[in-house]
Order: sequence, then structure tokens, then C-alpha cells
Amino acid sequence: MALWLTIIGMGLVTYAIRLFPILALDRFPIPPRLRQALRYVPPAVLSAIIFPELFIRDNALDISFSNERLLAGLFAILLALISRNVLFTIGAGMATFWFLQWLGV
Amino acid sequence: MSPRSEFLAGVRFQLPILLGVIPFGVIYGVLGIGAGLSPELAQAMSSVVFAGSAQFIGAQMIKEASPALVIVLTTFVVNLRHMLYAASVQPYIQHLSTRWKWGLAYLLTDEAYATVIVHYQRGGELKHKHWFYLGAGLTLWASWQSSTLVGVVFGSAAQIPAAWGLDFTLALTFIGIVFTSLKDRPTAAAALSAGAVAVLGAGLQYKLGLMLAALVGITVGVILEESKAVKSKQ
Repeated sequence: MALWLTIIGMGLVTYAIRLFPILALDRFPIPPRLRQALRYVPPAVLSAIIFPELFIRDNALDISFSNERLLAGLFAILLALISRNVLFTIGAGMATFWFLQWLGV
Repeated sequence: MSPRSEFLAGVRFQLPILLGVIPFGVIYGVLGIGAGLSPELAQAMSSVVFAGSAQFIGAQMIKEASPALVIVLTTFVVNLRHMLYAASVQPYIQHLSTRWKWGLAYLLTDEAYATVIVHYQRGGELKHKHWFYLGAGLTLWASWQSSTLVGVVFGSAAQIPAAWGLDFTLALTFIGIVFTSLKDRPTAAAALSAGAVAVLGAGLQYKLGLMLAALVGITVGVILEESKAVKSKQ
């Protein structure tokens, strides 16, 4: 039951974020300063999710060569910058990750 | 164009994007079950929340038994970018009835926005363009629900070994989104500073590290953009 409420809560905030500007902007335009700040939300939030996934293992910083996620992730970042292709980045990153696991460095 | 042809054009423009959405939906379904959600809950999240990245993180946090309020707050931060999408389509759907607005807002995902905004910005007669939006949005919605179902069924039937590391696709997807579209120094600095703070704050309770990191990243981005603007004026 508690999980259902959690999911409904997640749904409500998501919907409110999508709906509010559409209904309210006729009367209240977004201040330029806020609009500018909003542009940095995706890179900031997504990186804040990415980096701990790569650098933290078992609740501790792990920058050793045995950290396959870190190696595969950094390689994927490089591939993303060069290829500019999201699907390719995911596929090649996952292949690298499995290859490193198989090597068992 | 008639409503019908606008709608069909919306469906057609969404098709290539489904290539990226469908595998993602299947993986979400598998991971949701792996995180301990019941099949009903995992499926319900796809229609109630309907936001891929937030669902991945939500499932992960439910697995870690995070408090509900923290999960909802994290969802808010992760989905805040949709406010920007909503603000940018708003001028084009201002004239519609409230019922249309409520419906279209629900369908406003990253992928729907990407096609819809291009269609609007191309110009031309606005009268029936919301049918394009509806076509693109519904196509995406249907694919997300059905790919989730495939993942849920698959994840319930077979034990997917944790060693496959399927959850790593989340980080990779975000790497794909962020680093294929890095345009300028302020954006890169926002991403890197947020990443660094998030690693340093990873031990903090209640995902405070994530919130703090987002705040630092946004601030760094805005400050650098300002200083660039000042320099170019001199």
C-alpha cells in the first residue's frame, strides 16, 4: 500500500511539473533568470546520477582498474563526445563493460 | 493539413525514436521486478509516472527502502527539466481547451518534446498541429507501456543474474544524453561540478548529495554563462 502511495506521489509531482507552466504561463511568464537556470538542470542532475554510479562501489570510492563500471563509463563518455549518438554510446558502453568483466582484470 | 494527417505524421516522426525507447522500457520492466516491485506496481509506474529516468531511479530507491518523501522529492528534481519543455510548448498550445492542455501535458516526455517542438518551430498553420503532438505522444505512450509489459513478464519468468549488470544501462543512457549534447563550457562545467559534488556527497542520507550536486552544477553553469556574457560585452 505504501508503495502505491509513493508511486502516486511520483506521478503527481511529475504531472504538476508538466502541467503547471502550460496552464499558468498565460498569466505568469517565467522570469529570464529562472529560465536560464533551468537549462542547466538536465546536465547537472543527470551527471549527479552518473558519477556516483561509476566512482562508488560498495559505499566507497573506487578508482582502481578493477572497477569495470568506471572504465567502461569513462570510455562511454569519450564515445559519446565523438559519436554524438546516444544508442551507440549505450551499446558500446555495455559491450565494453561485459568485455572487462569477462577479462576479469 | 487535416487533423488526421497531422496525427499520422506525428506517429511517423516518432517511429525512429522508438528504437531507443523500446529497449529502455524492457530494461525498466526487468529492473523493476529485480528491485522487488510487484508486476502490477512496476507496470503502474509506467502509466502513473511515465518518465523513464525517474522510474529507473524510483525503482532503485524503492529497492534501497528509501523513505517515500525522499523518493518523491528526488523525482521532482530529476523531472524538473520538463518544466522547461512545458514552458517552450506553451505558446503553441495556448489557444486549446483546458481538456486538451491537461491531456497533452501528461504526454510531455523528453522524446515527445524533441519531435513536437521541431514540428512547431517549422512554422505554418497552427490550427491542427496539436493532433501531431497527440499522435507523437500516444505512439510513445503505447510503446512505453507495452515494452514495460514485456520487461515485467520476462523479469518475472526468468531470474536475470545481477552479474549481467543491466542496471548499468541507466548510467550509460544518461552518459549518452548528457555527453552527446555538450555544447559549451558552462554546460560542461555544470555537468562536471555536479558529478564531483555527487561523488563527494554520496554517503549523505536522503539523496542529499544528489540535491546538493544539482544545485552546485546549476549555479556553476549560470555563473560561467554570466561571466562569458560580460566578457563578450567588453
